Amino acid sequence: MSTTSVSTSTEALEPGHVGSSVRRRDGVPKVTGEFAYSSDLYAAGMLWGKTVRSPHAHARIVEIDISEAIGMPGVHAVLTHEDVPGQKTYGLEFADQPVLASDRVRYFGEAVALVAAEEPEQARRAADAVRVTYEPLEPVTEMERATELEPLHPDRPTMSHGYRDDPRPNVVRTIVISHGDPETEGEVAVSGVYEIGIQDQAFLGPESGLAIPDGEGGVDVYVATQWLHVDRDQVAPCLDLPPEMVRIHLAGVGGAFGGREDLSMQVHGALLALHTKRPVKIVYNREESFVGHIHRHPAKIWCEHRATSTGRLVNVRMRILLDGGAYASSSTAVTSNAASFALGPYAVANALIESTCVYTNNPPCGAMRGFGAVQTCFAGEAQMDKLAAAVGIDPVDLRLLNALAPGDVLPTGQAIEGSLPVAEVIRRAAALPVPEAEALPREAIRLPGGAGNTTRGEGVQRGVGFAVGFKNICYSEGFDDSTGARVILRTDGSAEIHCAAAEVGQGVTDVILQVARTELRTDAITLAAPETATVASAGSASASRMTWMAAGAVQLACRAALDEQERAPGVEIDVERIYRHARTTPLDPETGQITGERAHVAFAVAAMRAVVEVDVELGLTRVVWIGTAQDVGKAINPLAVEGQIEGGTAQGLGLALMEEIQTKDGLITNASFTDYLIPTTLDMPPVVTELVEDPEPDSPYGAKGVGEPPTVVSTAAVVSALRAATGRELTRVPVRPDDVVGL
Amino acid sequence: MKIRLTVNGEPREADVWAGESLLTTLRDALGLPGSKNACEQGECGSCSVLLDGDLVCACLVLAAQADGHEVTTVEGLAQGDELHRVQRAFVDAGAVQCGFCTPGLVVATVALLDANPNPSEDEMREALSGNLCRCTGYAKIFDAVRMASRP
Repeated sequence: MSTTSVSTSTEALEPGHVGSSVRRRDGVPKVTGEFAYSSDLYAAGMLWGKTVRSPHAHARIVEIDISEAIGMPGVHAVLTHEDVPGQKTYGLEFADQPVLASDRVRYFGEAVALVAAEEPEQARRAADAVRVTYEPLEPVTEMERATELEPLHPDRPTMSHGYRDDPRPNVVRTIVISHGDPETEGEVAVSGVYEIGIQDQAFLGPESGLAIPDGEGGVDVYVATQWLHVDRDQVAPCLDLPPEMVRIHLAGVGGAFGGREDLSMQVHGALLALHTKRPVKIVYNREESFVGHIHRHPAKIWCEHRATSTGRLVNVRMRILLDGGAYASSSTAVTSNAASFALGPYAVANALIESTCVYTNNPPCGAMRGFGAVQTCFAGEAQMDKLAAAVGIDPVDLRLLNALAPGDVLPTGQAIEGSLPVAEVIRRAAALPVPEAEALPREAIRLPGGAGNTTRGEGVQRGVGFAVGFKNICYSEGFDDSTGARVILRTDGSAEIHCAAAEVGQGVTDVILQVARTELRTDAITLAAPETATVASAGSASASRMTWMAAGAVQLACRAALDEQERAPGVEIDVERIYRHARTTPLDPETGQITGERAHVAFAVAAMRAVVEVDVELGLTRVVWIGTAQDVGKAINPLAVEGQIEGGTAQGLGLALMEEIQTKDGLITNASFTDYLIPTTLDMPPVVTELVEDPEPDSPYGAKGVGEPPTVVSTAAVVSALRAATGRELTRVPVRPDDVVGL
Repeated sequence: MKIRLTVNGEPREADVWAGESLLTTLRDALGLPGSKNACEQGECGSCSVLLDGDLVCACLVLAAQADGHEVTTVEGLAQGDELHRVQRAFVDAGAVQCGFCTPGLVVATVALLDANPNPSEDEMREALSGNLCRCTGYAKIFDAVRMASRP
């Protein structure tokens, strides 16, 4: 059972308005099966597309022979890099990823050719018949050696790109944050080396979409994505079309979690559609989804925490190494975020943080919920537990002693301006009552390992852990974003809202409607389908920013529309407004210090207590209970906020205990839900949720994003509990049975 | 080959190939995309349907095996505009986020409550353990099952 207490909701709420729990607008169509996901789309005369992918992690392409495939039954097109009319590469920050590989493949599953055929099975067979001759090359698979090996992207500069110059080969980005005097000694020091495996977003709706040629040289793409306009801006140059001839429409999204920030089928579908002059649908299967999208960066983190004898942190030194895989994606921002949040929500006067992301031939990595802060939270919070033990104080007290507060300065030199109730969140989570231990013997389903546990629980030990997670809200470092909203007020009193914010399941659609109802004081509101042609960019549904930004844009546009209506009553009003948050600036490339007032817009914190049981003989685990308090600013839709916290917690628990993309020489060996395990109903404990409302002064209604903090904190909290149960260091996630037993 | 089956109470026919799954037939031939294609390997439960009242993954059943049988999909649960009480509970409890797992979980919950109208916590968890959800962490799904259970 989940419970919620909201600290500041004293005024009476109007149903459907900001602050009240609302049922999802898309709830009914989703429970009846009517809701159209990107894989459900059909068009008359539609062909099916299929992608030919590399079986090698690293190889030279000697020849691509399409002669057999092109003659097969039902086949309308077989395309290679030669058929890409415009720019041959794309990417979120650096256009380093080929639309279709030409001379070299750099990861297992890289797209090499495309097929379109009448039936999906014909497309699959034709894809098998495309003969690609490869000359395998030695793959770069060890991130610690990547900077000593031949560059995978010889043309990509590692110097003079605006980030810190790093002359070593295969560096995507290096950032160094030097704060105070990094040589400061403490009376107590603890150190550790931590590792994080590759996690997958594992959204259930596979990558898919439908591209429809418009008959005039342009194309409409209906796709599950997180950011319509940035898709368009990457797709159009590859097609050699002006942006207005490429219209991206949001199709139903079956989960995202960062994995839909990069392109999947967008360019491929559009190429096939323009070439065949027919609508083309592409749907990945599960294996293709696992190999075809970016993942969470695996990492190795070296830490040393120095403190006074009473536990006050005086200096933290961390070196973070991230494996970005074959292409840059959003690795530059992940590298920086990992560094920015490496210390957790603690005030530390001196620090030296170095964060480097490298290119390898491992699966490409990019955005996933938590975005660099997950990895460093796992390492940093393990260090805090270690320090508490070394100093001899309670781990919660240690965290309270060092808690950041408004006015304190981050290691980047940025002062905390807005809301950041770290101590309050810690106290609230620590005060949640932990359930009593369950008696033995008991039903096997309630033992660690469930029915797989053949004992009567003789080896079961219980542990309670604690952790605190910390992350930014909105984009950072001068990558200032905006969200547009358009409001049409009709003379009959009804309103139509346009906003390109991607509804990925998080409930931003409901937030938009709540804001519109609240501002316009009417329930007669319709929300237009999101697309690129009718409204300005919304930015991405990521960085825990979409609620803040969409609410800001819709509020601004509604108020502007009402003003306009007052000036010109009796006519239809149509206004568009662009909302922007406070401006950020880049970090200094040499020192990692702010170059303006801020590099980050706002922050959120979550604290979590976890109770586990471990069978220390069998290496099996069971998470018994989780209690969490999270700083949410202001809950616009409390029911949805709880849902984000519970779901985000599950993803962090998955990384702690079971989720890892496994590779051998760069090849993924577990690309299925049989072998890549995500938490089931038997793995998830009850989650007790406390929403701490401390309104953010600069955000609409005081709201903060809520999606990422639970994922950041829960991996660390669960492993903290496992350490308490086992007495082992457990420095790597996911924690394996061998680690628990000590093999 | 031609198959004849009853889907959501209506007689239907489809022309299928020997290796075609019931899921593909439902989605691509019969215009019923409510059953979802998340893994098509029987691991996620998002294509759960009732075959003669038994809960199955439609991706693991050949279309040919359904010849002469009765299939109920998520599209067949509501009576007109009146949602099935399990569907109502999923909406009211906030058990839906992206919703891709929802059709399968709704069908699996209907099967659970048909067999066991008031399941215990453990029975509920075990019965739904074959249905993966990536968004919710299951808490609100459990709330929905409790809401739809008969005390």
